[in-house]
Amino acid sequence: MRHRLEFAGKKCIRMVLLLLGVSLAAFLLMAASPLDPLQTNVGQAALGSMSPEQIAQLEDYWGTNIPLPERYLGWLADAVRGDLGTSLLYRQPVLQIIGERLGNSLGLLLFAWVLSGVLGLALGVAAGALRGRWPDRLIRGWCLLISSTPTFWLALLLLMVFSVWLGWFPIGLSVPIGAAADSVTFLERLQHAVLPALTLSITGVSSIALHTREKMVDVLESDYVLFARARGEKLPAIVLRHGLRNVALPAITLQFASVSEIIGGSVLVEQVFSYPGLGQAAVNAGLGSDLPLLLGITVITAAIVFAGNLAADLLYGVVDPKIRRGAARR
Amino acid sequence: MRTWNRRQRTLCLLLLTAVILLAVTVSGALLTDRATETDFAHTNLAPSLDRLFGTDWLGRDMLARTLAGLSLSIRIGALTACVSAVIALALGVAAALNRRADAVLSWLIDLFLGIPHILLVMLISLACGRGFLGVVAGVSLSHWPSLARLVREEVLQLRQAPYLLAAEKLGVPRGQLVRRHLLPHLLPQFLTGLILQFPHAILHEASVTFLGFGLSSEQPAIGVILSESMQYLTTGRWWLALFPGAALVGVVLLFAGLGEQVRRLLDPSSVHQ
Repeated sequence: MRHRLEFAGKKCIRMVLLLLGVSLAAFLLMAASPLDPLQTNVGQAALGSMSPEQIAQLEDYWGTNIPLPERYLGWLADAVRGDLGTSLLYRQPVLQIIGERLGNSLGLLLFAWVLSGVLGLALGVAAGALRGRWPDRLIRGWCLLISSTPTFWLALLLLMVFSVWLGWFPIGLSVPIGAAADSVTFLERLQHAVLPALTLSITGVSSIALHTREKMVDVLESDYVLFARARGEKLPAIVLRHGLRNVALPAITLQFASVSEIIGGSVLVEQVFSYPGLGQAAVNAGLGSDLPLLLGITVITAAIVFAGNLAADLLYGVVDPKIRRGAARR
Repeated sequence: MRTWNRRQRTLCLLLLTAVILLAVTVSGALLTDRATETDFAHTNLAPSLDRLFGTDWLGRDMLARTLAGLSLSIRIGALTACVSAVIALALGVAAALNRRADAVLSWLIDLFLGIPHILLVMLISLACGRGFLGVVAGVSLSHWPSLARLVREEVLQLRQAPYLLAAEKLGVPRGQLVRRHLLPHLLPQFLTGLILQFPHAILHEASVTFLGFGLSSEQPAIGVILSESMQYLTTGRWWLALFPGAALVGVVLLFAGLGEQVRRLLDPSSVHQ
């Protein structure tokens, strides 16, 4: 047990260091941007007609006149205390915006994550077990097609078919136009989230299914499966008793690695469906040079991704007795 | 007519794919002027035999726009895939030969993979001021980690190979060791990895442009075409989004096929098939 804790502790320290790196990298990248936040948001014409004092005031507000190391250290000192600054576009604390947006996105992300994982695993195992036959060809072809399709175009297609053509789902926004945000029923919210969630799940399936298939094929070619066959076990029994167990480890890795992909996909999907989630906020922040907000979103999403990796690492030990003992021996 | 073996068929398919892709690239580059030509006598035409992909609200021919966009995508894809593959090769080899570089690299890879890809491309593109430079830098500087990891593992394995151990014992200098013994062995994997980067690069270029962080809206890029088409979806102009997107999927599939064929040809174990 002590070894497992030590292992988890080491991983946590690495995670904190990585998060520091992410924040620094994101900060430097944004600070290096030649796009002047004043010009993007105030406009050249308005800026030209302002007095130098007004411009200086604006520069204070956007923080463009403070030297870089000071700005980063200031941000870091606040961030450690749980204050990620104030969004320049929304004029609200960054954490509050992220909380709100993440609340909207979370259902979407979780649904897509679970569905694509389960579906991907099932399809991958089926394709691997039936290698070379038509279900395998079908699944592989489908996965290749989906992985070659840009997420946003798939979203556009679904929007065209189901919203414009068939009229089953609303065209955008998670809240109907003209209604207050609190008066929206749960059902209406759900209706708006169906298509985005579906798009995300479809795109998430392909890589999980293809990788699971590879592993399944490897497992079925192993000596222990050959032995099981020689003992007269049938394919379903082999898949259930030997295949699934040995595919479990890579499947966990894939499932948790897909967190980053799904968050990335949600940026595109939310933009198409104008769904007010975290991804849309990231795009707005990027286009409007809202440094604190984009920095906050980058750090929070990176934290989610790293937490996913950590969870996968810890789950290995739970699932695989070999790793558990291996860690104990060290 | 069973005179062709699988290897020859693969080679044939490879040439065919390459020719199609080249044709799209060249024709698109030649059509760039037509793609921005407006014709107000023929606006919002649905696809017909005369205009296969229809026209948009400015009367621009969508087929020309699509081809020009694809050509732009392929050229940017080629450039970025090459840059990122070279970065991956250099970093992967360096990491496998030097313990300290290895620690730095694996930390960097974790760092890069920790930020969702599209967000990373956005950030790098912002740092370069968006536009052409932004896309190229964003896509090429964010695609190397997975290939670098692959190269590193391969080199680590190779280092234990008898011929390398012997060369080392014979006192072959580092640089020569890498050039004469390591790189030739890595070449097949590297080439396959390079071509398999194309589809990703093209998809990310289109995505980032679609979000507004890439090529400017005057250029006929696929991302621009699709993001413009969003405003006209509700009025039933489906052809503005359907055909350009489908064409992009086609190109990406062709590149994926190309990578697969190159892998088959370069894989030594399939020589005798």
